[in-house]
This record gives sequence, structure tokens and C-alpha cells, in this order.
Amino acid sequence: MNLSRTAKVVLWGFMGFGLSFIYVPLMLVVINSFNKNKSFNWPPTGFTTMWWSKAASNPGVKDAIILSVLTATLATIIALILGSLAAAAIARYNFFGRDVISLMFVLPIALPGIVTGIALNNVFTNFFGGLTFFTIIIGHATFCVVVVFNNVAARYRRMGSSFEEASMDLGADRFTTFRLVTFPMIRNALVAGALLSFGLSFDEIIVTTFTAGAGQTTLPIWIFQNLFRPNQAPIVNVVAAALIMVSIVPIYLSQRLTQERK
Amino acid sequence: MSLIESTQRYFHAHVRARIAVLLSAPVAWLGVLYIGSLAALFITSIWKIDTFTSKVVREFTLSNFIDVLTDKAYFNVTVRTVGVAIAVTIICAIIAIPMAFFIARVAKPQSRPVLIALVITPLWASYLVKIYAWRTMMAPDSGFLNWLISPLGLSSPGFGMVAVIIGLSYLWLPYMVLPIYAGMEKLPDSIIDASADLGAKPGRTFLKVILPLTWPAIIAGSLFTFSLSLGDYITVQILGGTFQMLGNVVYQNFALNLPFAAAVALIPVIVMIIYLASVRKTGALDNL
Repeated sequence: MNLSRTAKVVLWGFMGFGLSFIYVPLMLVVINSFNKNKSFNWPPTGFTTMWWSKAASNPGVKDAIILSVLTATLATIIALILGSLAAAAIARYNFFGRDVISLMFVLPIALPGIVTGIALNNVFTNFFGGLTFFTIIIGHATFCVVVVFNNVAARYRRMGSSFEEASMDLGADRFTTFRLVTFPMIRNALVAGALLSFGLSFDEIIVTTFTAGAGQTTLPIWIFQNLFRPNQAPIVNVVAAALIMVSIVPIYLSQRLTQERK
Repeated sequence: MSLIESTQRYFHAHVRARIAVLLSAPVAWLGVLYIGSLAALFITSIWKIDTFTSKVVREFTLSNFIDVLTDKAYFNVTVRTVGVAIAVTIICAIIAIPMAFFIARVAKPQSRPVLIALVITPLWASYLVKIYAWRTMMAPDSGFLNWLISPLGLSSPGFGMVAVIIGLSYLWLPYMVLPIYAGMEKLPDSIIDASADLGAKPGRTFLKVILPLTWPAIIAGSLFTFSLSLGDYITVQILGGTFQMLGNVVYQNFALNLPFAAAVALIPVIVMIIYLASVRKTGALDNL
């Protein structure tokens, strides 16, 4: 589009404002993790790496990270299985109730987390004998399924069914067709869905609050519990800064994925 | 004929059996466990509570709904919550539309992936970390924001409704940029060229051609910003000070009076259903 100089300058301004709105708060957290002052008065009066070494040796943080990684891994595995099965059925077959089922696969994300949280909590405490480590995983898998389903169903729709038909016309049975034709084509969508699902689960706090058994402290729960304790503020800030830096990893991975596709 | 072969044959001949195998586990999980839990929760909202033990008594009552609907305090919380969700949606749209337009239509094609990656990156940063970041930003007196704007004679609004609106806008902004960007990038050049050839200045082309055509994408983005804001209570706890939204009312009543919490939790669900139904015709749901 041919724009006047002023229009371009204004748009650049918006872009710059938008990006600084996004990044200034995050950078502030990273800088503050080296701030000598415990209450993070701005501007900082001195810098230190003391908080990083203190956080690294904090047992609460370590346990929380282990629990979160374990939860996210298991929830993602369940989501991968259920999500891709459902995506295959919805994308490849036409049957009674198909629209209702696709709507059902939007609900856990569309409804507020607190609704999902108290609904599951009510059922777990009344019928499943209380909250444990496994109830967190069930809770997380419920919304993780949605992202895997969305990714895989979109891929199925885009690739059409002609390759699979060709494979079966040439004499391959259904299993061979899936192994040699379908699976390689949906593999990237599965990886993307798994990444998203892991990220969502690792970060989730609301459903977790209502489904975690006593003493099951995931990393977000740990952060939230310590957020309002002035003593813990520097450690919380280091954990936050570390999480910001770690969040570059999935971006890098998904960037690699899209490049592979080209 | 081996067992594997005969199984293959059976499934090849029976479409319904194939569908059943694919769907039984996912439907058991979401359809029975999840939808069942939701149903159980909302049935609870028409049950009574033993006020001494906080135990649910399975007797029919409409008093929870009557309380929610007639108590002025809950009406105010509902209005405030919807108001915040609308404000967040508008702020996100105002920031996201120019950004998406810039990335999709003005920036050089080779720099688009980088710009989009810059917008998406914070989606991977933790929800709590982002709200925590704003807590440090907005801290009254000593925070970064105060330091930044005090030369202009302004001061940080501190913790309260304004902080909640800013925090939620910050959280959900990428969800608004992405669908609008996708919508704008999809527009064929020929339509924009045609508008220019017919004498429209860029501003007019934007308002009369580009904006109406990307409207479904904007609505799609608003679905995220609106619904995610409606149910939030953690951000409100961290940035809101004494300010409260529907989620907080649900959270506070959940342990002591589950039937009442369930009745309050129905409000955002109903608001969301009304919103979904009213935007269905724009085709926004296909833009998700």
C-alpha cells in the first residue's frame, strides 16, 4: 500500500509503542533480578547476583519445578492421544452429533478457568475420593486436549484426504497408510500441539488451584504463594526472570518447525 | 486369515466401528467427565446449603439465583466485570489493529515473521510472571511507571481497577493481534489496489475496505480478550487491591457455599453464550 510519510511515521509509532508495551515490563523483571534493593525501588542503586544463587539453592523452587514438569509431561501425553484420535474422527468422518462434539472440544478453553476448576473440584472431592497429584493431571489434560485437537484437526483439513485415498488405492491397508502417509503429514502439527499443551499446563494456575491435592505445589502455585511475602520477593523475581528467559526455547523450537515445513 | 488381518477387514468394512474406536476415549473424557462435572456444578446451584456445616443439602431451592439477581452488590460486581472485559477488549483492539496492519501491509514481507515472533513471544512467558511484572511496574511511589511518568506530573494509578484493566490488556494483547494479522494478510492486493485506483486515499481505503473485511477477525480476537477477562480472578488479586470481579466472588464462596458459587459462576457463562450467539453471524467463529 502507498502511504504518506506521516501515515507511515504514525504506524511506526504504534508499532514501537506496542512492542515496548509488551517488552518493557518483562525486561524490568530481568533487570530487577539483579537489583540490590530488596523492594525493587526504581532506579536501582546497585547490582548483585546474590538472588540468583539463593534461588538456585531454594528447595521449594526445585520441588515445584519438578512437579510442574512431571504434570505438564503427563497431561501432554494424554492430550496427544485423545486430541489426535478426536481430530481424526472429526476431520475424516461425517456422523450424527459431529457439531456437538466439535463444540465440546472448544468449551474447556472458552469457559473461564474458574468454572472448569470448581466443576472438577466438586466431582473429584465427592466421587473420586479427594484431590491428589493425579487430579491435577486430569484437570490439565482436559484443556490440553483442546490445543492438540485444534492443531491436528486444522492440519487434517488442510491436507485433504487424497493422499490417503491414493495410498489405499495402491493397496496399502489402513495401518500402513497411517504409518507411511498420514503420520508423517501430521507429525509437525502433533509437535506444535504438544509444545503448546506443555506450555499451557506448565503455566496454569486457576484449574490447578482447585484440583491440586494437599502439598502439591506446582511452580505457578509456588510463585503465587510467595508473591505477597516481602522476604521472598527477590527469589520470586529471579524465578520470574528465569521463566522469561526459558520461554524463548519453545519459540525457537516452533520457528524451527515452520522452517522445516518450507 | 490372521487376527490382525481380520480386524483390518472388519474396520475397513464398518465405518461406524472406526468412528467408535476413534471417539470413545475422547468423548468419555470430555463428554462424560468434563461435561458431567459442569452439569453437576450447575445442578448444585439449585441446591441448599447447611449454614452450620457448609455441606450441600440436596433440596431444591431458587434462593441462590434470587440472591444473585436481587442483591445490589452482586449486580454491581457483574456490571463492573463486564465493564472491565469491554474496556480490555477495546484497549487491545486499539493497540492491535495498527500493529497488525503495520505487520501485514506496511512492513517488508521478509521482516513479517520476525515481527510476528516478537508479538507471540510473550505468549510463552508465564501468566503469573507477566502480572507480577506489572505489579513491580505499578507499585505506588517507588515503581518503574511512577519514575517514568512523574516528570510529566503524573503518578502511577496504584493497585485497583485501572491496574487490572492494564494488566489484563497486557495479558491478552497477542490473542487480539494474531487473528487480525491473519485476517489482514489474507486480503488480496487487488481489492486494495482497486480502492486506490478508484481514488480513495489510504485512510479511506483503511476505513471503508480493510476494516470491514477484517471485522470478523477483530471479533474473533475479541472473543479471547472478552472471555478471558470475564472469568479472571488471579490478576484481580494481584493488581486489584480491594477491587473485585465475578471470579473473586466465586472463589470466596466456593469453600463455604458451593451452591451460591455455582450460581455466580453461571453469570460469565451466560454472558459468554449471549456474546457468542450475537457474533455468530459475523463469521468470527471461522476465524479462530
